[in-house]
Amino acid sequence: MKNQGTTNRPDNTAFDQQRLPAWQPVLSAGIVIPGFLLVGLAFIGIGVALFVTSRSIQVLENDYTGTGSSVHCSECVNPKTTPCTCQLNFSLSALFQGPVFLYYGLSNYFQNVRGYGSLRRPSSSCAPYQYDQNTTIAPCGSVANSMFNDTFTLYQLVNATRKTVPLDGKGIAWWTDYNIKFRNPPEVDGSLAAAFNGTVKPVNWPKPVYDLDPTNPANNGFLNQDFLVWMRTAALPDFWKLYRRITEGEYASGLPAGNYTLEIQYNYPVANFAGRKSVIFSNTSWMGGKNQFLGIAYLVTGSLCVVMSAVMLIVYAKFNSPDEDF
Amino acid sequence: MWRRRLTCLFGGEEKRVDSRTIHAGRGSSPVADAFPQQKFCDNRIVSSKYTIWNFLPKNLFEQFRRIANFYFLIIFLVQVIVDTPTSPVTSGLPLFFVITVTAIKQGYEDWLRHKADNEVNKYPVTVLEDGKRVGKESEKIKVGDVVEVLEDETFPCDLVLLQSSRDDDTCFVTTASLDGESNHKTHYTVPDTVKDVESLHATIECEQPQPDLYKFVGRMHIRRDGQETAVRSLGPENLLLKGATLKNTKKIYGVAVYTGMETKMALNYQGKSQKRSVVEKSINAFLIVYLCLLVSKAFVCTTLKYVWQNQHGQDEPWYNPKTQQERDTNLYLKMFTDFLSFMVLFNFIIPVSMYVTVEMQKFLGSFFITWDKDFFDPEVQEGALVNTSDLNEELGQVEYIFTDKTGTLTENNMEFIECCIDGFQYKNHKFLTETDGLCETDGPITITLNKAPEELEELFLRALCLCHTVQVKESQPVDEIDGVVLDQVDGFSPSPEDQCAFIASSPDEVALVKGAMTHGFTFIGSDSKSMKIRNRDNRVEVYELLHVLNFDPVRRRMSVIVKSESGEVLLFCKGADSSIFPRVRKEEVDRIRVHVERDAKEGYRTLCVAYKRLGNEDFARVDAELREARLSLHDREEKLMAVYNQVETDMILIGATAVEDRLQDRAAETMEALQGAGMKVWVLTGDKMETAKSTCYACRLFQRGTELLELTVGALGEGEGKREERLLELLLEYHKRVVHDTPPSKTGLHRTWSSPGQDYGLIVDGATLSLLLNASPDGTGSHYKNLFLKICQSCTSVLCCRMAPLQKAQIVRMVKSSKGSPITLSVGDGANDVSMILEAHVGIGIKGKEGRQAVRNSDYAIPKLKHLKKLLLVHGHLYYVRIAHLVQYFFYKNLCFILPQFLYQFYCGYSQLPLYDAAYLTMYNICFTSMPILAYSLFEQHISIDTLLDHAALYREVAKNAMLRWGPFFYWTMLGVFHGLLFFFGVYCVFSNPALLPSGQVFGNWTFGTIVFTILVFTVTIKLALDTRHWTWINHFVIWGSLAFYILFSFFWGGITWPFLEQQRLYFVFINMLSSMSAWLAIMLLIVLSLLPDVLLVALRRPRGRNTRQVLPRSPLCFPSIPHQVFQIPPVSHLHAHISSFLHASFLCISFLCPLSLFNSAVAG
Repeated sequence: MKNQGTTNRPDNTAFDQQRLPAWQPVLSAGIVIPGFLLVGLAFIGIGVALFVTSRSIQVLENDYTGTGSSVHCSECVNPKTTPCTCQLNFSLSALFQGPVFLYYGLSNYFQNVRGYGSLRRPSSSCAPYQYDQNTTIAPCGSVANSMFNDTFTLYQLVNATRKTVPLDGKGIAWWTDYNIKFRNPPEVDGSLAAAFNGTVKPVNWPKPVYDLDPTNPANNGFLNQDFLVWMRTAALPDFWKLYRRITEGEYASGLPAGNYTLEIQYNYPVANFAGRKSVIFSNTSWMGGKNQFLGIAYLVTGSLCVVMSAVMLIVYAKFNSPDEDF
Repeated sequence: MWRRRLTCLFGGEEKRVDSRTIHAGRGSSPVADAFPQQKFCDNRIVSSKYTIWNFLPKNLFEQFRRIANFYFLIIFLVQVIVDTPTSPVTSGLPLFFVITVTAIKQGYEDWLRHKADNEVNKYPVTVLEDGKRVGKESEKIKVGDVVEVLEDETFPCDLVLLQSSRDDDTCFVTTASLDGESNHKTHYTVPDTVKDVESLHATIECEQPQPDLYKFVGRMHIRRDGQETAVRSLGPENLLLKGATLKNTKKIYGVAVYTGMETKMALNYQGKSQKRSVVEKSINAFLIVYLCLLVSKAFVCTTLKYVWQNQHGQDEPWYNPKTQQERDTNLYLKMFTDFLSFMVLFNFIIPVSMYVTVEMQKFLGSFFITWDKDFFDPEVQEGALVNTSDLNEELGQVEYIFTDKTGTLTENNMEFIECCIDGFQYKNHKFLTETDGLCETDGPITITLNKAPEELEELFLRALCLCHTVQVKESQPVDEIDGVVLDQVDGFSPSPEDQCAFIASSPDEVALVKGAMTHGFTFIGSDSKSMKIRNRDNRVEVYELLHVLNFDPVRRRMSVIVKSESGEVLLFCKGADSSIFPRVRKEEVDRIRVHVERDAKEGYRTLCVAYKRLGNEDFARVDAELREARLSLHDREEKLMAVYNQVETDMILIGATAVEDRLQDRAAETMEALQGAGMKVWVLTGDKMETAKSTCYACRLFQRGTELLELTVGALGEGEGKREERLLELLLEYHKRVVHDTPPSKTGLHRTWSSPGQDYGLIVDGATLSLLLNASPDGTGSHYKNLFLKICQSCTSVLCCRMAPLQKAQIVRMVKSSKGSPITLSVGDGANDVSMILEAHVGIGIKGKEGRQAVRNSDYAIPKLKHLKKLLLVHGHLYYVRIAHLVQYFFYKNLCFILPQFLYQFYCGYSQLPLYDAAYLTMYNICFTSMPILAYSLFEQHISIDTLLDHAALYREVAKNAMLRWGPFFYWTMLGVFHGLLFFFGVYCVFSNPALLPSGQVFGNWTFGTIVFTILVFTVTIKLALDTRHWTWINHFVIWGSLAFYILFSFFWGGITWPFLEQQRLYFVFINMLSSMSAWLAIMLLIVLSLLPDVLLVALRRPRGRNTRQVLPRSPLCFPSIPHQVFQIPPVSHLHAHISSFLHASFLCISFLCPLSLFNSAVAG
């Protein structure tokens, strides 16, 4: 620092002299104890609400891997029997409150492996599913190639007849994924198939991408909702993915008590990596799906806070000499 | 450039030749060819580091030599080469920013240097060539050129003065730009060269360039036609240094001896050795821990990966086949790249950004010291000066203070108190100085009725008037200089203003001259050959000055040899009693010793005055010897010393003087506060024991109850042979008394002072110390030293008197390297303190009267001793707390940042999938969490300034690196681990059912990461907020601003499909997350849960026990009892009115630009 000018007197400002006005928070017992109490009570309140809500959510999970403890679909374990359809029967003793969501669950399945999503570098590379005999694969990459392809059909058994429960495949993917993030190539002559000209279907797929949903032309190509759901890679190796919603007709308010059959087209092999498959019926609440953890955690934390405020109160009452205020 | 280098190299080669030979008036010397032609550098000054061509490579090389940048570079290269989980951008971008910003800054600075160099190098000078005056550019000057310099010009190179326009063959210069001393110094021409500069034939032999400004040895051979070669000695008084300015002299001619990069100024330009603070050592230790953590994490993950892949079906499940390239890769190579990938993934655990932030904090923080108005001294008209900002926090860690006495504890403002002539005392009263003071007989100047014979009295006063190097200041305009000198001779009567117009290197001399003036003898001026004094009869006596035997700290005396008008040759000598008494006749000593000792006890500085008559042959011999010694090129100092010692014998003692040096303002108070803060104060002085002791009492370093232990020559006794034995005896005795008798308190040394037991003070003198330190090296030496150290450490204060400058440094080094390596601080104001200032961890210079050398070599300079209190107790304490917290916080926040990412590897098949998005990974340290901690580390005052000043004992709370020891480090690390575990497993449990939306839709892995990251950012920021005890508007702004910026950024980053991104991983992830009630609740819960222990700790930490209570609780729980009346300063708006300096602006910029990552990346790297 060079001294400049005739007078080197430092400036007398609050900033220079480190005397800016400041707020000095004081965590005195008078604040901490009621604070803990308040936070604790609030948390207990939230915890109770969460816990009650979570308890009210119904979940029906059935493992249909066919191996091990799972009894369902054992006939389909042998990969040679294709296509294989198996049945899963269950009965509901009471109304399953709607709207009901149908999930499939996979475990020991690592969707979050680097290189599975196209996180391999260069990131544009979809190897090893970039080209099939020098023709571009669409959609390329391992994730798309390994898309879950078991299908489920739900029947209610009413007087020994099977009545199809309508499953709604719309709105299972994120709105933004469907509407903005993913785009189909522009249609050629009104035909999506033509837009995908020059590409081939992923190796493991039975049908090309523009033909995924024959029932609904808007649900094809990259905008197929099952595809979008699959493409949102799961965080953990045991995960659920939303398959269908039951929102239509008489089942909009839930699945009434009775016997049901879930017909499963068993295509997806999981045995060779010791994975498991399951199918889940669940309803939701304001907090989403069933999750006991949050409620319990809130209750525990809340009680901890209350207990601690009590302990602190005792400590202060005991160790504080009366002439000392806090 | 290249050639210049080469010539410089040649010059370097020749350093083996001890001297250089220069032909003055180049080209005109026929003898030149007889000597081997020596090559010298040209006169180009190159202070710039770079040229256009080498800027890029050189600058990059310099930058990557810094560990932080190099580490980043390695990570970046690994990312580029190996297929790593994070893109090279994550580390490349910050690196690029830091490197670019630094390069631009350094480039600009270098450009300025180039400009300054050019200005110097192209400066027009006049050179005499073949008798003609030729204009040249400064850089063209060659060694041997005769250069003309006009008044107020700076010398273009180091010159030997040949001719001056002044009559007395002197010239005046100031060396303000060299060493800051602004007084005029006299330089002398080489005798016999004056007349014939144009036709000069001379050869100069002088030593090779060396950086010591005050040393120059040379010899000049002057040839004249038909005459014998005359040889003249050259000393520093003949050398005009480049950078100094010519004053009061119309013009001079000088011959260039050192040019360009070989001038003393350029040689001094090299930076000082870098001092590193303890905090930095702690950082490095922590860094190693974290590096081990990083490597072991990567190792664990790699191992587990291959163990896991060995299980059936896990290596390559059908849904995720390997690419051909992956299959072809060698297993071990794959393992290695996996290891590197994990390293890259976890590399954020090493807070590289911390280095940048720490540097930023130190740089900006040190301005608060320069800005502090309490350090402004109206007398010096200056505030504090910060030479290094690296040591700010070290000021808060000081355990030992070594202080000089004169000028530091005392004002160095000497006042003549009394004198004693031949055993009779002469008191001097201040008010009497106003009277004419011609004769003390008719005034009450003398208290005693007895007087010495008038003859002796006058002799004594003449001695005072002659034996010094004082100059009379010429305040008149320069043009009249010659006239003024005449005026003085003609009986120029001294007015009160002129009484003060003496200039001397030491204030003692001025005091003595003034003292003589009050007794009727006035010194009215001198030139190189004569001195004039006006005696009591108002008659001017002119003495021919034959020799000055300069003062030096080893001899501790100085002499002059003068020839009076009557032709008598007299030697006057004045010096410390210990150096005079052995050299005078014994019988006179006793009478005067009584006075000297009494005066010394009262704290006065005493000097003894002696004289000697030299007969003609005696003088001729002495004269010859002196001249010979002066002319010798080698060991001149030693030879001179020998002659001096030989001359200054058999003198006759005439009297002694007592000069008072008053204590500095609030010296005692400051010392008391520093001792209260647990620091041990050692006084190291060259002064006499009695004087120093009384100063110590006055400063309350020794109290009335203090038991003094003496380790002095006196205590050891006179017997030569037994001194060592006696020393050991004394040491053992003291050791037993001090160390064993005091209760063995394990509480640490810093508390022993407050124990109710006996206080001890130790007095050592230089002779004993050298005996101690240089004792026989056969083991007993170190035994002595250990005993001595132990005694010293148990004493309240230690006084070392009669110290040579080097001994001061020796003591500092001894304490510094003792057990526990305590932090030492040296305070001093004079050149003799430089060695200890450089030796100590922190060197403080006082802007005193003994020149600027101490200030130049110090780390911090303050105008007065009293400022030390605030510097240490407030600034040091605060800086330490700030930087310690900064360091710990940085490690903590990066640990809990990376730990979830590490844990995630267990759930993603060890595939190195990052938990967080690349943008978050990059921005975390740069933008989201960097500003609050920087603001904290600049503005935090966990205890208010006034409280810190009032309660010195608070300083002890942070003593011994309290906040950066392994304990606190462990606490912070555990906190980071706890938070990291909580963040990850909390969210993991929530994700046991990923359907967190009421619509039944599920969240994927990026939402998982974003939730963890959100919790992370909020927790670490709120954690800092909890630790912040001092919330200025800036703190509010950056803390809440950072959080707001995170949210805004996340909205923005996820709200737009960015064209440059391959995958829109985070597209709407953040917004979708916010639409889930469970996510909100989870975030809230985990933030509260992770901060709960902290809040609890803060709330429960209750000070109990006597020390903490008296010390005033740091714990916030009891804070209300402390009045904080500090903050009555007018509100913020004042600040805006005052954005005058650039730095203010930059400070504000930091705050306002916070969201703009550009500056931040420079900060956080």
